[in-house]
Amino acid sequence: MAGETSADHTPIDAQELFKEAGATALVVFALCFSLVGFKTEDVPGGLDIITRFDDVLVATALAFIGRAALVLLRQGYPLPVLATALPVTILLIVLHFSDAVFSTDTAAVLKRFLPFGAPVIDWLVTILAAVFAIRAAIARQRAGSTMTTEEREKAMDRIGARVQRAARILGPLILGFAIILPFLPMADRRILDIAILVVTYIMLGWGLNIVVGLAGLLDLGYVAFYAVGAYSYALLAQHYDLGFWVCLPFAGLMAATAGIILGFPVLRLRGDYLAIVTLGFGEMIRIILLNWYEFTKGPDGLSGIPRPTFFGLPFTRSPPEGVETFHSFFNLAYSPTDRIIFLYYVILVMALATNLFTLRIRKLPVGRAWEALREDEIACRSLGINPRNTKLTAFSIGAMFGGFGGSFFATRQGFISPESFTFIESAVILAIVVLGGMGSQIGVVFAAILLIGLPEIFRELHQYRMLAFGAAMVLIMVWRPQGLLAHREPTLHLPERPPDAPRVAGAAK
Amino acid sequence: MLSISGVHTFYGKIEALRGVDLEVGEGEIVTLIGANGAGKSTLLMTVCGNPRAARGRIVFDGTPITGLPTHEIIRMGLSQAPEGRRIFPHMTVLENLQMGATISDPQYLDDDLERVYGLFPILKERQDQRGGTLSGGEQQMLAIARALMSRPRLLLLDEPSLGLAPILVKQIFAVIKEINEREKVTVFLVEQNAFHALRLAHRGYVMANGRILMTGSGAELLANEEIRAAYLEGGKQKQ
Repeated sequence: MAGETSADHTPIDAQELFKEAGATALVVFALCFSLVGFKTEDVPGGLDIITRFDDVLVATALAFIGRAALVLLRQGYPLPVLATALPVTILLIVLHFSDAVFSTDTAAVLKRFLPFGAPVIDWLVTILAAVFAIRAAIARQRAGSTMTTEEREKAMDRIGARVQRAARILGPLILGFAIILPFLPMADRRILDIAILVVTYIMLGWGLNIVVGLAGLLDLGYVAFYAVGAYSYALLAQHYDLGFWVCLPFAGLMAATAGIILGFPVLRLRGDYLAIVTLGFGEMIRIILLNWYEFTKGPDGLSGIPRPTFFGLPFTRSPPEGVETFHSFFNLAYSPTDRIIFLYYVILVMALATNLFTLRIRKLPVGRAWEALREDEIACRSLGINPRNTKLTAFSIGAMFGGFGGSFFATRQGFISPESFTFIESAVILAIVVLGGMGSQIGVVFAAILLIGLPEIFRELHQYRMLAFGAAMVLIMVWRPQGLLAHREPTLHLPERPPDAPRVAGAAK
Repeated sequence: MLSISGVHTFYGKIEALRGVDLEVGEGEIVTLIGANGAGKSTLLMTVCGNPRAARGRIVFDGTPITGLPTHEIIRMGLSQAPEGRRIFPHMTVLENLQMGATISDPQYLDDDLERVYGLFPILKERQDQRGGTLSGGEQQMLAIARALMSRPRLLLLDEPSLGLAPILVKQIFAVIKEINEREKVTVFLVEQNAFHALRLAHRGYVMANGRILMTGSGAELLANEEIRAAYLEGGKQKQ
């Protein structure tokens, strides 16, 4: 990285550069030395320790170069960064695709020049180099000035407002896509499974949005209601031989009741305190499910949960005597995807119902009271709103949708155990709501696709998936702490009234 | 209409009110003046049930309201514009006003909106704007207008002049007078701006250290030497 000084620039502060880059390299070295440097490997006759100090050195060097590039960018020298990062990026990409261009032997030799042995890490390095190149190019074009945080905030806000306004068009477009998705040529079993998962989380996100986004009650134990819904359905189905559609309202009711039971004593708490109690409640439910063996079969879980039927028509290949199935009723050839497509539509309808409910209730007094309560509880009280009851309705209605989601989960999986209802689920659902921008319905959709869809698609990345997930969350918190689409549209507009039109006293609002 | 007798209120161990007696008659404007920390706001908040009075009796329209939760007190026809305005910053002016009408019959909504827009025409211009983007004076107007949306018989105002330019203070006080005379709303006004408050009010109370020191008609108190020294010219000389 040669320093190129132009006349109107202050010279590069080399001391700062080496200090920062050196410190970063040191930290990386300290972290990597034991974590990466030593690896245990199964060998015949036990475990063996192999050392990977070459990787440690490469990582340290890369950290040094990367940090130096950042410092240079900050000091206003994009050119050397660009001159280094761009060729490196191109070189790395060429190396990655070398087997497509050269013969296998040459490719094998060339691939050795990739910084690490693991393809995922190599790709990460490539992406980072590309990011540096792009940033340097942008900085160069804007004559060294990067956007300040405030400018970026404003730009993002404008985008947010525009997207929200576009939601009226965008919403139906996404919905249309969601409806025809199962019939698109690309929709194989895997895509459908991912789509079902994404829509499930969209529904849960919308449900939690009522509690967190609208009413402003931080709930870290939402998964508890999801679990109550799932177990309600599974147990009702097993003990009373009831179907999915009969149990669904019961499961929602049970979850709402659980919400009221929890909410009643704790809703006088606020903010952090409420979050801690709900977190505890989430864990309590899981531990009860785990230990109440006679009732819930504990860690063994419940299996053989019946699948939903299409107005009484099951999706099986060979039904018992005298039972009509979906494919025989409609005279179709049996296809196992039918059931998946049906499940997809079930959850889609459930999610849409959640959304419509939220959109509608936001315009009703109780919905507006939730929002007002989020903004200022004392003001609400002085307007005659009963804060406890208002919070309870939000909590229990949010819980109810969690319960619906849980029943669906149970019927889709056919098997549930307490392992499915760990804290990480609550965290992911909450992350979807926060990432989307609290209270934003369309934001939840984007966030769910981002947080659930992308990791599922990149499942090949194995354990690095969570790494990327974490990195994405950190980036969001740095760039956009209030969420992707944090822009609230008013729910109420006065209809344009002609100035001298006669007004009917007591007309509907 | 509102009668407060022997009320004591505590914040933990600190006794903020030490036996307050106060009357607000039907149709009156009554003001309560006093220095910072005298207990004026505490009294107003105690009337609204938060904090609760430890001892004493508060009667509104013949019904004892001591110890009732705030939202039930409000539903009896008493409305409060709390200290610090406390409008909903992310909701529009119109939504704020609608929140004010929570407890009143929806069929009055249009009329009530018309009524408060008549009092504060600026709010009509701003009705689609978010509460948080209003200026301080407009926010104060919104807070008063919101309190009026519930059709109260008694309006409690906590320092409506706080942080406002002199011209706006005049305007706000003119509207308070209008609310009282035209709308027949009884007003109980807590103020630091003693001069304006006493000129406006029919009667006044002076409070210090959690006790009522003095009471009289607005004109009497304005003419009182002690009051002048402590709250009017006295304050001026110190500046």
